[in-house]
Amino acid sequence: MKRRAFLRISTISLAASAIGARAQEVQDITPLVQAITGGAKAEEGGIEIGLPPIAENGHSVPLTVKAASPMTESDHVREIHVIAERNPRPAVATFHLGPWSGRAQVSTRMRLAGTQKVTVVAVLSGDRFRIARKEVVVESAACLDEGSL
Amino acid sequence: MLLGRIQVPPSVQRGEVFEVRVIVQHPMETGFRRDYDGKLIPLHIVDRLACRYGAREVFRVELGSGIAANPYFVFPVVATDSGEMVVEWSDDRGEKGRVSAMVNVA
Amino acid sequence: MKCDFARQTAALLLASLCICLHALAADPARPVPAKNGSEFESADVRALQSDDFANPMALWVERGKAFWSRTFDGRSCAGCHGDAARSMKGVAARYPRYDASAGEVIDLSRRIDGCVVGGLGAQKLDAESDDLLGLEAYIALQSRGMPMNVSVDGPAHATWEKGRGLYFTRVGQLNLACTNCHDASWGKRLLAETISQGQPTGWPAYRLEWQRPGSLQRRLRACFNGVRAAMPPYGSPDLVALELYLAWRAQGLPMEAPGVRR
Repeated sequence: MKRRAFLRISTISLAASAIGARAQEVQDITPLVQAITGGAKAEEGGIEIGLPPIAENGHSVPLTVKAASPMTESDHVREIHVIAERNPRPAVATFHLGPWSGRAQVSTRMRLAGTQKVTVVAVLSGDRFRIARKEVVVESAACLDEGSL
Repeated sequence: MLLGRIQVPPSVQRGEVFEVRVIVQHPMETGFRRDYDGKLIPLHIVDRLACRYGAREVFRVELGSGIAANPYFVFPVVATDSGEMVVEWSDDRGEKGRVSAMVNVA
Repeated sequence: MKCDFARQTAALLLASLCICLHALAADPARPVPAKNGSEFESADVRALQSDDFANPMALWVERGKAFWSRTFDGRSCAGCHGDAARSMKGVAARYPRYDASAGEVIDLSRRIDGCVVGGLGAQKLDAESDDLLGLEAYIALQSRGMPMNVSVDGPAHATWEKGRGLYFTRVGQLNLACTNCHDASWGKRLLAETISQGQPTGWPAYRLEWQRPGSLQRRLRACFNGVRAAMPPYGSPDLVALELYLAWRAQGLPMEAPGVRR
């Protein structure tokens, strides 16, 4: 129950800091991770975070997450959480998979508000957790383009 | 109705893990951008997307403004029976979208 | 004797052919080698553009395709033009062009609007609207891979000259002309970006910076903005003249619209 409400909790708790200007500071995402694991320890590794080391544009950065898992009934990845520590809303997305997925893998395009670490927490069957991080350098546009529309 | 597209392989073998690709047209407005007059453009996002294969939900994502505009997802599914793969999504204003494709299992 | 003569003639023909080709390619107003905008984008952006499903423009192509068959009091694009894949093939590669009924050079989006209002009897489509961009993307797709090929003869010539003048005129607080970046400095780095040749063949395009698609006119307005100059309004003669000049400058370059740009 706690974990399913993760995205809503984090949105509410960070709304205060998100109101107004975009968050430029790196935030402490420990509370978000704890909300996912319920305080339990997450094992390091076992997750491959596919992100370009340098993202030319923070508006759309391709992300692929692969977690090593047999994806059987008794041993599979249930959830994949993506957290961006410098985004004004660090909770990016929660993906739900299961043995019917065959592979613990998802791809999407995310936004990155500046150079930062992206953290992925995987929730496995049997209340096990894994965590991994990847640093992405995010570049800015050379020419200002506001107001062209 | 919101516009979206889905792509599945033309045919798959039973037991094979195949990829489903989905893209949805949506601005995913963050609520932090300002228009030319300096006014804040309100938050407007797809917050939920799920995929049903036959009777079973095989994929679901809760998302927010951290997902890029025109949300795009690729996820794997184990081929069981031939049937319809239905993707439905909704945004924070109650707008919904639906797109589907037939999965042909050999 | 006969063999030597044949060989000499062949050599002469080959030499003159080379000279002719060299002269054609060496127009000083055109960058050599001519390169599409996608060649100056990152690998991710290039991959996105060439993926017909993941390219966000595909959503607008779908939209344009849907509009194509939509009926307005019994009238539709399809009703006159049939299958777009056949009737619109090569069309986008020939725009902007002089239009007799308009009495001036117009770009593709203006031509589309003219059809929507005159041919369908429907409401004019706003600049940068989803429907207009959708139609433009759908039609431009039918020219993908074909060489840009606009005519600047006859009544179009004055517009071409105007466009050329604008292309070489310094503007804005940064006091830059198009040529300063896109001829003198293409391939060089500007902060984290590589300056392109400013070729128009990828437009309309999905610009990540806008998080939506836009027309070439929008991109040109953004350029004026970038050098801190006043932006010409949509549909202005200056923008159309520039579009024509850029299309002429891109002669022979394969169309790659609908594109993806940073």
